[in-house]
Amino acid sequence: MKVLLCHPSREVDIMGPKRVKELLRELKLLPEAVLVIRGDELVTEDDILRQEDHIEIRPVMSGG
Amino acid sequence: MRCRKCPHKAVLEIPRHHTAFCKRCLTEFVCGQVERAVKHDKMFTKADRVLVAVSGGKDSLTLLDVLHTLGYHVAALYVDLGIGDYSKRSKAKAEAFTSARGLVLHVHELKEDEGAGINDLANLIRRPACSACGTIKRHHFNRVAVEYGYSVLATGHNLDDEASRLLGNVLRWQTEYLDKQGPVLPASVDGFAKKVKPLYRLAEREIAAYAVVNKLDYIVEECPNAVGAKMLLYKDVLNRLEAESPGTKQAFYWGFLAKQEAEGGRTMAESDQAMLRPCVACGQPTTAETCNYCKMMARAIATKAP
Repeated sequence: MKVLLCHPSREVDIMGPKRVKELLRELKLLPEAVLVIRGDELVTEDDILRQEDHIEIRPVMSGG
Repeated sequence: MRCRKCPHKAVLEIPRHHTAFCKRCLTEFVCGQVERAVKHDKMFTKADRVLVAVSGGKDSLTLLDVLHTLGYHVAALYVDLGIGDYSKRSKAKAEAFTSARGLVLHVHELKEDEGAGINDLANLIRRPACSACGTIKRHHFNRVAVEYGYSVLATGHNLDDEASRLLGNVLRWQTEYLDKQGPVLPASVDGFAKKVKPLYRLAEREIAAYAVVNKLDYIVEECPNAVGAKMLLYKDVLNRLEAESPGTKQAFYWGFLAKQEAEGGRTMAESDQAMLRPCVACGQPTTAETCNYCKMMARAIATKAP
């Protein structure tokens, strides 16, 4: 699956199917610091992402 | 995962509340938390004219959206700091957002009125950009609120912002700042706007989720000046603690507020009120003869002069 990441903006290929929780663990990201978006829908940690999915991992932290 | 309030699919799990919500219930939760903060902390009523400081980011646009939806009388203020394309993009988001909802947007252009963008100004006076930015924004928030007769100024500070700021102050025992960390700062002197933070009950992930499910078009990229900011480090540390022990952030910040309330007494904001007087140059409240903003601008002009 194609996974779009920010800061810096880049796209990585990850083998699916995979649970959101496992994807975040593999990318060493804290669930509290990001949202995972499939298409334009939010997904939760137990959702299974398919090989053909386009995923955006959007950081939620701002400098304040 | 199912929503804990209805049979729909959940879009966000909120471990600190042992719950998960679908789109509709998440929207209700966010609006409910804002309404609760506004009423519990007596921030403002539907009779007040509220000026919301917007940056084009998720927090301020969510705040504006929620307050507008709840029927409060809101307008927005955007301070254009002149940070290259980042400022252009974030201003465009603020303009599109307010125009789509028929809301008034006041814009202050730093390059036009101060003659330089934030990075050039900060260089001139040899101060970090984020520190100069804070002084400049506070000045114009106050100024626009007074000029246009808004009784309340609302900012999009959330639970993560307040908890990380508290952590920073506690780590260095900057106790003089602690009293100003409440979600409501009374008007410093008569005629000035009261300052409120209606998002202080919400984590930034919950706010970002509200923005995504309600299709708010906000600027996702971070301010280039914030790279490496201490605040991001404190937020990261708190997120690690939160992952291990959900509820840590709210226990830390809300616990601080509860202790402060229980102790009562005169807060620094109230002590300040007794010492404040109008700045001799701009008339805004200050404890010195000249306010920080005017001192900073005078230094910038003196440095620039041949």
